[in-house]
Amino acid sequence: MRFVVAAVVGAAVLAGCAPVQSGGTAPTAGDEQTGQLRVWLFDEVNRGPKEAVVKEAITEFQQAHQGVTVDVQYIQVQTRAERFKAAFSDPKSAPDVAEFGNTDLAGYVAGGGFAELDLGQWADSKDLLPAVVDTGKVDGKVYGVPWYVGVRALYYRTDIFQELNLQPPATLDEIAPLARKIRAAKPDLLGISAGGKYTYGAMPFVWANGGDIAKKDGDKYVSAIDSAESKAGLRQYTELIADDICPPAQCAANGGDASVEAFRAGKAAMVVGGDFNRKSVDASTAAGKYAVVPLPGKKAGEIAPAFAGGNLLGVMKGSERKTLANQFVQLLGGKVYQRKMFDAMGNMPTFGDVQDEVAKANPVLEPFIKTLNAGTRFVPVTPNWAKVDAQAVLPNLLQKIAAAGEDVDTAAKAAADEMNAAFAS
Amino acid sequence: MSMRRGDGRIAFAYLAPALLVLVGLMGYPIYQLVLISLFDYGQEQVSGGAPLTFLGLGNYTTLLADARFWAVLGQTVAFAAVCVVGTLLVGTALAVLASRVRTWARMTLFLAALGAWATPAVAGSTIWLFLFDANFGFVNEVLGTTGFSWTYDKWVAFGLVAAQVIWCSFPFVMVTLYAGIKAIPGEVLEAAALDGASTAKTATSVMLPLLRPLLIVVTIQSIIWDFKVFTQIYIMTSGGGIAGRNLVLNVYAYQQAFAASEYGLGASIGVVTTVLLLVVTAAYLRALRRSGEAL
Repeated sequence: MRFVVAAVVGAAVLAGCAPVQSGGTAPTAGDEQTGQLRVWLFDEVNRGPKEAVVKEAITEFQQAHQGVTVDVQYIQVQTRAERFKAAFSDPKSAPDVAEFGNTDLAGYVAGGGFAELDLGQWADSKDLLPAVVDTGKVDGKVYGVPWYVGVRALYYRTDIFQELNLQPPATLDEIAPLARKIRAAKPDLLGISAGGKYTYGAMPFVWANGGDIAKKDGDKYVSAIDSAESKAGLRQYTELIADDICPPAQCAANGGDASVEAFRAGKAAMVVGGDFNRKSVDASTAAGKYAVVPLPGKKAGEIAPAFAGGNLLGVMKGSERKTLANQFVQLLGGKVYQRKMFDAMGNMPTFGDVQDEVAKANPVLEPFIKTLNAGTRFVPVTPNWAKVDAQAVLPNLLQKIAAAGEDVDTAAKAAADEMNAAFAS
Repeated sequence: MSMRRGDGRIAFAYLAPALLVLVGLMGYPIYQLVLISLFDYGQEQVSGGAPLTFLGLGNYTTLLADARFWAVLGQTVAFAAVCVVGTLLVGTALAVLASRVRTWARMTLFLAALGAWATPAVAGSTIWLFLFDANFGFVNEVLGTTGFSWTYDKWVAFGLVAAQVIWCSFPFVMVTLYAGIKAIPGEVLEAAALDGASTAKTATSVMLPLLRPLLIVVTIQSIIWDFKVFTQIYIMTSGGGIAGRNLVLNVYAYQQAFAASEYGLGASIGVVTTVLLLVVTAAYLRALRRSGEAL
């Protein structure tokens, strides 16, 4: 009896209070023209060249703006979610300008993090590739300037293909038999390094088969990962994670980096890798012994739609130096510095003309640019995508089929249900 | 015992500072946890971008209706049980060993155990991963099983993590029980010997009862620690194993709720964990009391 009373009183007390909410960012914050501009950029494995370019931009910016200093903090990609969440909850600890991944955009915007950008004032912005600008938009409004774009294509070992007298695959269907043949001839090699957690390596298979992660229905997304087309793509990708191509014990736990690492170590004949992996592959045992072709589509001559990854530069909603922040974004995200970032880090520019320019000077980029021009796809633009991502729905789906012995229908249905639950919340 | 009026008040005054610290450090966070678990509380709500919705027990019904939660819970209980039993067995055996060997051997044993104890969980897990690496690991080299993945198969992976958990938690049991064994008065053991008790009889009828209070403490501590294991699973199975088959409750809560910014749901998992641990501890204490031992 006493317990019941305590419970009732407790519930009444609890119902009367509410958890803490921060006061919300004041959109009317002042617009100071001097002082310190705080910038967050992502740390990199090899940060030196990036830091050098950023320093150059800062010097230029500080010379043009008297009384302004720019403070850059490099944050870890792995802990970005915590850092950004903390920044949104406490605007005082937040930066003015931040680099962030385009898949995180919708969640950040819903979290009240970033301010809408007015690109109309910026003449150069008309040269930004429209498909890439779309990755910086939520509900038609631009929140991020694409700083660079990343697409993936098929890397293969020219020496092995020559030795076995093979041609790179012309269609997606050819990949599995080809990979099997290579592993049969060279049992030490993975036919293709296909990771069970490599979502962006697997999705082109789904898209090329006419499937999709989710489709927009009204203003909500509905998962399409269990459609017949999607399942065909899933089947085609997970077929690669098998003992005669890429043994599950070795490959099922791999994400994108680990998949490429096997290729770098000379242990794989093929891998789906990004333009951003090129520099590191050139510094590996596979250097000089590989070539890249666009990942083929269903039919010969087609290109499988790639995921348009990349990072954006945005201005935080709570910034007290919006004008300066916008100017800094336009400088660092502008043509000159995108070009410099390409030279330093190999990051693919997002301006059409800059891209053409670097492509002419660097023929190795051709397969990536072809892939980009053939049309790219993206993850659902909804704040709930962050949830689907955090809950590892897609990697779990791939692993369930490839390693845990579940059939495609059941696993895809479960993944679709999980996604729909997240989309509905 | 008779108490004068006012004694209670004085006792309370003496306890007040400790009580204040407890309320501040334990009570308030638990209050917040329970409170948050009753709301739809995500990143948008924290930032003040969306209004708060009171869900009542909504988060709990969602959680309890989730088949995955029950599977993970069962897995966690079994995993914790194996770790607790393993820790107690290894810790007790080594404590007995330590009380019987020479000083130098005991010192070596203690230094090794303290090393394991002092290693941070993150570092320990990573070092174990290196040792058990499929291609370059020392263990595979010694066993001649190069290429064998210790983290792939569900049970092998669980076994490896359990071994790591036992490795870093047995020293506490060993040191505590060693102190307990040393504290048993020599006369008692001598008396038993004079009465003609065998070693086994001395161990079960004399030493064990005397060590009982300590055993209770280390068991409860181990249950709580092993039930809440996070780091080892998170690091060694890279976030819960293939398709999440090595998930335990804490990692599951982190992934489903905190990483996904569903703080309300995460808080409800926290509350459920707390309640479960309280129940387990209470049941354990009760069972002991019923078996006739004063605590």
